Amino acid sequence: MAETDLSIFLLALLAGAIRVGTPFLFVSLGECLTEKGGRINLGLEGILVTGAMTGYAVSYLSGSPWLGVFAAGLSGLALGLVHGVICSLPRVNDIAFGIALILFGTGLAFFLGKDFIQPSAPMLPSIPLGFWSDDTRVRSALNVNVLFFIGVALAFVLHWGLRGTRWGLVLRLVGDHEDSAQALGYRAAGVRILATGVGGFLAGVGGAYLSLYYPGSWNEGLSSGQGLMAVALVIFARWQPINCLWAALLFGAAGAVGPALQAIGIGWGYYLFNAIPYVLTLAVMVITCRPDRTLSGAPGELSLNR
Amino acid sequence: MLKPWLGRAAVLALPALPTLLAMLTTAVLFILFLLIQEQPAWQAGPLVFEGAFGSMFAWENTLMRAAPLMLTALCVALPARAGLIIIGGEGALVLGGLAAAVTPLWLPALPAWPMLIAMGVAAMLAGGLWIGLSGWLRQKRGVNETIGSLLLSYIALAIFRHLVEGPLRDPNSLNKPSTPPLDSGYQIGVISDSFYVHWGLVAGVVACVLAWVFVRYSVVGFSLRIVGGNPRTPRMLGLPVDRLVLLTCVLGGAAAGLAGMYEVSAVQGSANTALISGYGTAGILVAFAARHHPLGIIVCAILLGGLEASGGLLQRRLGLPDATTLILQGILFINLLAWEALSRRTLDWRLWLRGHWIAAPSSRAGTTEVSHG
Amino acid sequence: MSHINRRNFIKAAGLLGAAAALPFNPLRAAQKEITVGFLYVGARDDFGYNQSHAEAAALVKKMPGVTVVEQENVPETVAVQRAMEAMIRQDGASLIFPTSFGYFDPHVLKVAQRFSDTRFAHCGGLWEKGKHPMNVGSFFGYIDEGQYLNGVVAGHMSKSAKLGFVAAKPIPQVLRNINAFTLGARSVNPDITTSVIFTGDWSMPVKEAEATNSLIDSGCDVITCHVDGPKVLVETAEKRGVMTCGYHASQAALAPEGYLTGAEWNWVTPYQEHVKAAMNGEPMINFLRGGLKEGFVKTSPYGPAVSAEAKKNADAVKAKMLSGDYVIFGGPLKNNRGEVVIADGTDYKQTAVELERMDYLVEGVRGQL
Repeated sequence: MAETDLSIFLLALLAGAIRVGTPFLFVSLGECLTEKGGRINLGLEGILVTGAMTGYAVSYLSGSPWLGVFAAGLSGLALGLVHGVICSLPRVNDIAFGIALILFGTGLAFFLGKDFIQPSAPMLPSIPLGFWSDDTRVRSALNVNVLFFIGVALAFVLHWGLRGTRWGLVLRLVGDHEDSAQALGYRAAGVRILATGVGGFLAGVGGAYLSLYYPGSWNEGLSSGQGLMAVALVIFARWQPINCLWAALLFGAAGAVGPALQAIGIGWGYYLFNAIPYVLTLAVMVITCRPDRTLSGAPGELSLNR
Repeated sequence: MLKPWLGRAAVLALPALPTLLAMLTTAVLFILFLLIQEQPAWQAGPLVFEGAFGSMFAWENTLMRAAPLMLTALCVALPARAGLIIIGGEGALVLGGLAAAVTPLWLPALPAWPMLIAMGVAAMLAGGLWIGLSGWLRQKRGVNETIGSLLLSYIALAIFRHLVEGPLRDPNSLNKPSTPPLDSGYQIGVISDSFYVHWGLVAGVVACVLAWVFVRYSVVGFSLRIVGGNPRTPRMLGLPVDRLVLLTCVLGGAAAGLAGMYEVSAVQGSANTALISGYGTAGILVAFAARHHPLGIIVCAILLGGLEASGGLLQRRLGLPDATTLILQGILFINLLAWEALSRRTLDWRLWLRGHWIAAPSSRAGTTEVSHG
Repeated sequence: MSHINRRNFIKAAGLLGAAAALPFNPLRAAQKEITVGFLYVGARDDFGYNQSHAEAAALVKKMPGVTVVEQENVPETVAVQRAMEAMIRQDGASLIFPTSFGYFDPHVLKVAQRFSDTRFAHCGGLWEKGKHPMNVGSFFGYIDEGQYLNGVVAGHMSKSAKLGFVAAKPIPQVLRNINAFTLGARSVNPDITTSVIFTGDWSMPVKEAEATNSLIDSGCDVITCHVDGPKVLVETAEKRGVMTCGYHASQAALAPEGYLTGAEWNWVTPYQEHVKAAMNGEPMINFLRGGLKEGFVKTSPYGPAVSAEAKKNADAVKAKMLSGDYVIFGGPLKNNRGEVVIADGTDYKQTAVELERMDYLVEGVRGQL
């Protein structure tokens, strides 16, 4: 009996990791793409919130949550392009601009989202993978949202795309060594703008997951910093899309383990629990970084390395 | 041909051109946004000004909000002199505030002044150590300081919450978990009843001026300019790069820590989670908008403080949501940063102007605005 | 010519009409006009605490002679001091309702000292005579009565005898609700336990959803909460077919099947008392508390799932509360570590200040402080 309880606890933890981790996955894949091109976009936090609001509003107005997801992506694309274009101007710092974008994005979402706090929008469906079980806990744990699978597929596609396609090579070249890309006739700015835009699209989709699936409502406190956390996550994942998947699950589990432990009676220091992902990332950085070289896997043109 | 004095004025005004254009564009975009939203755009503009600078009370309101921003902006601007981008000021601020709040508990009773100095030192040490850690990790371990300071800031916030609501909590702080309240003698008051702004403003302005003197006139400041300019040259000159970088981080962190001390002793009266209110993040924007110029920080902090001060009036008079202020701030900083792109051009224009309009260029004007970011 | 005359005539008639109407309006004749300021720590529409205040403020707005100014998202920093001052200086407010607990000390106290002609009616604070200014008052509702009734209903409806409570922070107001909920449930079935999860902050939607799921996974079949916005929790529980009790406001619409009942604020009662006192020039009401009886709190109508027996029992307890002789916290009472916290023979009435300093979880609560 105790054994089944433990296995259900672990299953619930895995389910929690997937539920909480999916937005991390999308935002971190978006940030990974952006950083591969040599830019860092802290504004994904603002884009995430804008995406959450847009997704919810469009789902409510149109009755189709998938249209909401798409609209959320488009809103993210627009903001991402703004970041990409303006940071291509000389002397514009991408980190500071990202923070300005956080203000603008959250402001926009809060302003336009006032009318959508009260109504209930149609939610995204999930796949009942636990149909075989009689235990409601198992059934609930194995209700997995479609977006998670899309995210997993995307991680593998990006992993392959960055290595095996011309597009991926150009992006990495631009991110690693701008001059070489220039010499080959590629305009670094254009590639980066595109990468930041697509990164924004993914972050917007991550926001839609928050408002349209889990926790599945729109209000001004919806994001508790998932967008900024994703930036740390990308470093934790060493700029590898597939690692982003594992890291997102790990960060998700860290978010899920606090409540889960309290539910079985271990309730000390929940604030410290919340900081686990940050400590882990910092530890990884300290262990793997050396002063004489930059992070292995880090794009060379990334402003972090200059 | 135009008169020389006009040319000289133009040369002096040119560095301000991007800022002026940014503010102009912001105003246009903001009004446009409100018009699209069918909000009373034409009333909003004057109200923003009235709420920020339109009366003595508005000025007090603005300056009170600007005070901590000056100090947290220094936490970004000073390391930026050495080429570092530190974004973890929030963590330094709360740890500084916590250190200031617990100092009177752990020291014997002292008269007000020695105790306030001790609190200030404790706060600056806490903040300085925290940001110094980011600098040390970068120089010694190669950990990028931007992400490092962000992570350390989150960790600091978690530690702060844990301590304030756990081991250091005053059992009598019932529904608002806080450290034990400061003795009223250890609380910092306002400058005067007719100028109702706490002394944190003076601290902020003095710190900015000192920072300006330091980076502009001291030998260390000059060395910093070399360190920030290029990673190789200073090593060839035999400059102690690590120590210089560390120094700016410690000084910056100390400024943010001091902001925390003023929040505790002049505003809150104890350390509690109300300290976490985004001053650190706002400081980043202030520093970048000021192009890391310490005197520019004073101006930009007042500007941002003014916007925040005016938000209430927009809500109460026009029924606009609170987010309006966020949007206005967002548009303003996006523009300030974007128009920065023009500053390279203005340099060319200045040189051109000087060649054409002014017969004998003064020898020192060339260096004044090459404050790189 | 005739055009102008006609317009003048209409103007004159309007003035005459207005003048004629005035003496016949006793309210306007007896009371002075007043501007009232409301400050909220979060967004006005959060489906929870701030919304319960904003909805009552909307009712105050309808009172004759009252002008309402509101400001939302005011943090507990120097910002709230300045916002209150701005309401006084720029809008002429003479009565201010700072609705967040954290505003009281030091912010309300500081501003109140400088503006002794303005009344500050703070929600949640503990005003003490001699220590705090006379133009400050604090009011609050005994919402633990509602949570106790939630517990009674939950005790009847629960099959697993395990209840769940999602809480923000372990502070007295929250602990009192957790304890009242548990005592209510255990008055029905002494074997019932309540598992509590603290999220650490007032608005953490993802953590709240995760906490709800964890509670359900550990077998809880009725969930309630004390966080700023219960929306996420109620919806998550409904999706998993688990029953909920509401808090702050009614969330019945969010959970048509599983919503049992809820503890709701009714802030309009203390608001109106303060506004009337200010308009009539009566002295400041420094300390104002009330529960179901006084109309400070109310309960949601029972949901369809509630059994007749549960309704009967809860209604009986409610009737006793309404008559004012029901004691929730009476001795002997043990905390969940087995220590006696209220001695045998001691009954704390709702007004007891000891209850506002609660720092324990009662027997039957699974959770740590």
